[in-house]
Amino acid sequence: MTLDFIVLALLTIITAATPLVFAAMGELITEKSGVLNLGVEGMMLTGAVTGFASVFFFESAIVACIAAMLAGTLTALLFAFLVLTLQASQVATGLALTIFGVGLSALLGQNMVGIAYEGLPTLSIPYLTELPIVGKLLFGQDFLVYLSLALPFLVAWFLYRTRAGLILRAVGDSHDAAHAIGYPVIRIRYCATLFGGAMAGLAGAYLSLVYSPMWVENMTAGRGWIALALVVFATWRPWRLFLGAYLFGGITILQLHAQAVGINIASQFMSMLPYIITIVVLVLISRDRNKIKLNAPACIGKPFHPAA
Amino acid sequence: MIRLERRSESSRAMTYLSPILALVLTLLAGIALFSAMGVSPSAALYTFFVEPVTTVYGLTELGVKATPLILIGVALSIGFRCNVWNIGAEGQLTLGAIFGSAVALYFYEVEGFWLLPLMLVAGIIGGMAWAAIPALLRTRFNSSEILTSLMLTYVATLLLSYLVHGPFRDPDGYNFPESRIFHDSAILPIIFDGSRLHLGFALALLVVVAGWILISRSLIGFQLRVMGNAPAAGNYAGFSQKAMIWLSLMLGGGAAGLAGVIEVSGPIGQLLPQISPGYGFTAIIVAFVGRLHPVGVLFAGLLMALSYLGGENAQINLNLPLAVTGVFQGMLLFLLLACDVLIHYRIRFGKRSAIS
Repeated sequence: MTLDFIVLALLTIITAATPLVFAAMGELITEKSGVLNLGVEGMMLTGAVTGFASVFFFESAIVACIAAMLAGTLTALLFAFLVLTLQASQVATGLALTIFGVGLSALLGQNMVGIAYEGLPTLSIPYLTELPIVGKLLFGQDFLVYLSLALPFLVAWFLYRTRAGLILRAVGDSHDAAHAIGYPVIRIRYCATLFGGAMAGLAGAYLSLVYSPMWVENMTAGRGWIALALVVFATWRPWRLFLGAYLFGGITILQLHAQAVGINIASQFMSMLPYIITIVVLVLISRDRNKIKLNAPACIGKPFHPAA
Repeated sequence: MIRLERRSESSRAMTYLSPILALVLTLLAGIALFSAMGVSPSAALYTFFVEPVTTVYGLTELGVKATPLILIGVALSIGFRCNVWNIGAEGQLTLGAIFGSAVALYFYEVEGFWLLPLMLVAGIIGGMAWAAIPALLRTRFNSSEILTSLMLTYVATLLLSYLVHGPFRDPDGYNFPESRIFHDSAILPIIFDGSRLHLGFALALLVVVAGWILISRSLIGFQLRVMGNAPAAGNYAGFSQKAMIWLSLMLGGGAAGLAGVIEVSGPIGQLLPQISPGYGFTAIIVAFVGRLHPVGVLFAGLLMALSYLGGENAQINLNLPLAVTGVFQGMLLFLLLACDVLIHYRIRFGKRSAIS
């Protein structure tokens, strides 16, 4: 293996991990508040198609990313209204959101199939970016990658070092107690769910603007669900989540570069890897019931209706 | 101010009115959607929901499309009743198709009345085997069956792709990723001349009856309902949660596998890289719209089948994208879940009264 190959592999890991970091970090905040949103896949697809359409319409990558976040937020708002205001089942509504997102994004994106985008502009610092090996890795990424690197710091700081984070966790662990003290449980959950939607939308934008970069129907290919599994794998902790996302990025490498290093397996079996690994990892973590019980937000998935 | 006021007991009337209300709202949303797309709403709705069933052939096609939806919907609703969320029916359907096709291709050009039953059984086993994985992982390792069953759907699709590109490919097929076209004795008989309506539809109706008996008239059905509504009471009564999980997933997997083999030996007639337009996912909507009851599922399955036919019809006649079908299905489930709030709550306007 040459040095060039290793650099190439690391670049692929980053591109594969970044959307997972966004989507899973958003879902982590949502789940910490006690809401289980299974619609990540649908929100990502909506974000992906919106981001892709906006980048041509507004001709600005940043505006496109904001538009994708708004689209994700809007779909999350739909979900939040159903489960938080109307008390619908979170599991069923999350599934509905995914089914709806798949359909809606396919409809919106029908005229954009086959169009290519040149990809987001990347950072370019004179001399630094041209450094051998580390130059492109450290100083030649697009702004979304740098944002995703900052995200675990921000989320960990928010959850464990701020008052707002403490309240968010309290709402997720015991909504009745939080309500009794006087915190607006429903409003806090709305905010957490909308944040999750915005992050999923951004993850989608990363896929359609950087990873592919084009729009293909159903292009998330289960990444929304993998993000959900990552949250469990990380036992709801931001840094483990970040590591998990990069681990998955590493698996993508195997898939893309197996042929290059002379492994001769049908491509379909290599493509199965991320899904099979997700299952294996999920099993390894959840077999320890106590670990899950200790770390999972106690009120996850439970509806909250304030007693009169 | 709108607020929700809990009913003292859930409303039975609303349980049945809610799907109808949701359907009306979906149609209204559809009018808005079509207007936004620059299509005359009346023409579009007619093309979508009326025209496909104005002919006898259209009605038989409705049965063809409804068959897998009803089969899977009945089985899924049994699992959903006790909170077992098998959302990987699409993968189980795929495995059923693969197993059934393996039998059909192994006995290619072999005549025999036994071949079709053998294929159907193989399909059921294939679906069950695929559903056994999430069942085992849930009962043994406590892993969410939602995530595992869904991941397995992607694996199943890739497995199917591998098989039709490799071992199952038609040797005389110019390298197209398709299997041989099944021999006559591996094709389901047509039950209505001049149509594609096959024996599978009759099987689906049988499954509706069997599901109804299971839920309403058997001890297992009672246990399922108790475990769903009051798990603590169920445990106290000695009902096993593990048994319920296994039962739900085996029924779901078996039914989905059956639907899969019926698709390949019925309307398709060979194994292709894509054998279902997402029946396994749409069946989730069918189960909810059908109120998790076999008879309701029958009607909901026909309704969803109509949305597929309507989508195809609108594509041909109005040049509308096929994706409209998915949007309609998603909207219907969303609005249904929203309307379901009326089962447990009353909507009140204005301020809370002093006495409540």
